[in-house]
Amino acid sequence: MTHSDGIVRPKTKRSKRFLESRAPKLIENFKNGMIIKGGNTSETVTQALKDVYALKKPGAVLYKKKNIVRPFEDSTALEFFSKKSDCSLFLFGSHNKKRPHNLIFGRMFDFHVLDMFELGIEKFVSLKDVKKDKCPEGTKPMLVFAGELFDTDNEHKRLRNVLTDFFCGPRVSAVRLAGLEHVLHFTALDDKIYMRSYKVLLKKSGCRTPRIELEEIGPSFDFVMRRSHMASDDLFRSAHRRPKGVKPKKKKNISHDAFGTRLGRIHMQKQNLDKLQTRKMKGLKKRKGEITADATSPKLPRTDE
Amino acid sequence: MASCSIEDVLAKAEKDEAEKLKSITVQKDLDLEFDPGHLLAFDKNRIDTREFKGNNREDLLRSLARENTQLLINELWKLPTERVKDVIVAKLPEPTTPLPREKPPPKPKPPTKWEQFAKLKGIQKKKKTNLVWDEVHKEWKRRWGYKRAKDDTKEWLIEVPENADPKEDQFAKKNMAKKERVAKNEFNRLKNIARAQKIKVPGMGLAPTSRQSKSELAQAASVAKISNASVGKFQENLPKEKTPRNTGKRRKFQPVIGDFSGERQKQLDLLKLMGSKKPRLDITKAVNKQMREEDMDSSEKKKKGPGKKGRKGNMSGKGKGNFKGRAGGKGKVPKGKGRKPPTKQGKR
Repeated sequence: MTHSDGIVRPKTKRSKRFLESRAPKLIENFKNGMIIKGGNTSETVTQALKDVYALKKPGAVLYKKKNIVRPFEDSTALEFFSKKSDCSLFLFGSHNKKRPHNLIFGRMFDFHVLDMFELGIEKFVSLKDVKKDKCPEGTKPMLVFAGELFDTDNEHKRLRNVLTDFFCGPRVSAVRLAGLEHVLHFTALDDKIYMRSYKVLLKKSGCRTPRIELEEIGPSFDFVMRRSHMASDDLFRSAHRRPKGVKPKKKKNISHDAFGTRLGRIHMQKQNLDKLQTRKMKGLKKRKGEITADATSPKLPRTDE
Repeated sequence: MASCSIEDVLAKAEKDEAEKLKSITVQKDLDLEFDPGHLLAFDKNRIDTREFKGNNREDLLRSLARENTQLLINELWKLPTERVKDVIVAKLPEPTTPLPREKPPPKPKPPTKWEQFAKLKGIQKKKKTNLVWDEVHKEWKRRWGYKRAKDDTKEWLIEVPENADPKEDQFAKKNMAKKERVAKNEFNRLKNIARAQKIKVPGMGLAPTSRQSKSELAQAASVAKISNASVGKFQENLPKEKTPRNTGKRRKFQPVIGDFSGERQKQLDLLKLMGSKKPRLDITKAVNKQMREEDMDSSEKKKKGPGKKGRKGNMSGKGKGNFKGRAGGKGKVPKGKGRKPPTKQGKR
């Protein structure tokens, strides 16, 4: 429907709004994720998919049926699904003997696969196994990544980017300080990634900033890195290209110094210093015939002009 | 004496401050990187693997998380706050981690035929009011749409003009004229879209319209005649059909001496094209197109293959699982920049 967007015209205002929300825009919508089950899934995988769906609600769709797709070989089915449901992030779960308890985190650009990361679940504690009070749905979580692997290894760097994209909530301009309740903590160590989810309790401390206590809620995963498919550098760069309207216009010739005062620069044309109009010092004016008088006794200039 | 007491007081004040801040300060070797726009923190410190292998892995992870979250909260509390309806809210800055877009930025649409003409003539768009005063009903009515001000269709009397046939149905004539106007408008709209997307539209006489004149039919027939591999050279004539001799494009030549600057520009462009090293064929685009077609073919074959083995009802027949990729992706040429073909996975 989108590629024939001029030919098939929307008949109602509602359908027009729907098409406009799916069209490419300067400032984009929040990315939705689709959670798909593969040909054969184990109990762990289904529960894991449900838990991630709970974390990512409402910006996610959970597909109930099994789909026999192999993302690393043929990603056209995934691309078709993403086009239909307008989701650019996906999570695909499957289970077979060779790759037990497999999750594939991925994202799309222009409905073609950009990056995919295959992670195997080694240990999994589900949401329903933890009997504590949970955070409300849709709270924007804080994300913390720990481990130098996330900085040194290229794959881990890209994985950090994909996980940020997946789990960060919608873009907000301001956040309620008391409402920062949820934190997701990812630790990378020895080719394994530990994901834990905590509820944040803000306790009184002596000063304005509260002291943090954490309570473990939510799913906890022990992932092991398996295959990955990263986008080529130029595709990655073209995915980041911002249109001209979005970049904030830099105001030239205005700067701020350390004290916060606004300083401006003015560019002047070249001035002819001979013809410069200064204050008239009539006393210094050379009069005709008074050459010696000037040389010997210069008169004092009057200051109160 | 006084100086000692002042020093004591200051020292005590400092100690008190330190005590207060003790609960929220965290010692780290390397400072964390923060992105308050995304509520993100990144800790680059080394984690001791030996401690990790013990039984208290969860406790270690929890303490690490607590420290990092404390630092992140400290950072977030430094942001400027404001009060919105008795709630304290911190304003977040722009996020610093670059995340890729979902879709490529929108391309500016080329102007339609009318827009080009209006730009040429300098015609501005005039803003019209929504409601028009209707004298007959003495009230404000819409300009167009349901219950509009001057509604032509509601006329119960049409005067027959002098030069028209008295037996002609004027109402039917009016309806036909309206249908023709609507069809013409639709046709022009589609032509604008085709020009924008650079799709070729079939020429005159080939698209079937309701009533074709003799000349249109003749043109359609002649076009059909030359539409084979040997351009109609060996096509036999129908009885009473004459071979048209004066078909073919009439070449228009520019006058020999006329537009000097235009000619100069043409020659320079030609030289520039000859001298540039850019190949006329975009290799990456062609390769990508080929690969995509091959992928689609192979996936079609695979779809048919496992189906034959008779999977018992697990055949993804219902809605979401069913792959009807052809419908969506048929006419779609890969738009966007020429990508390098995706690398095939080596490890299986």
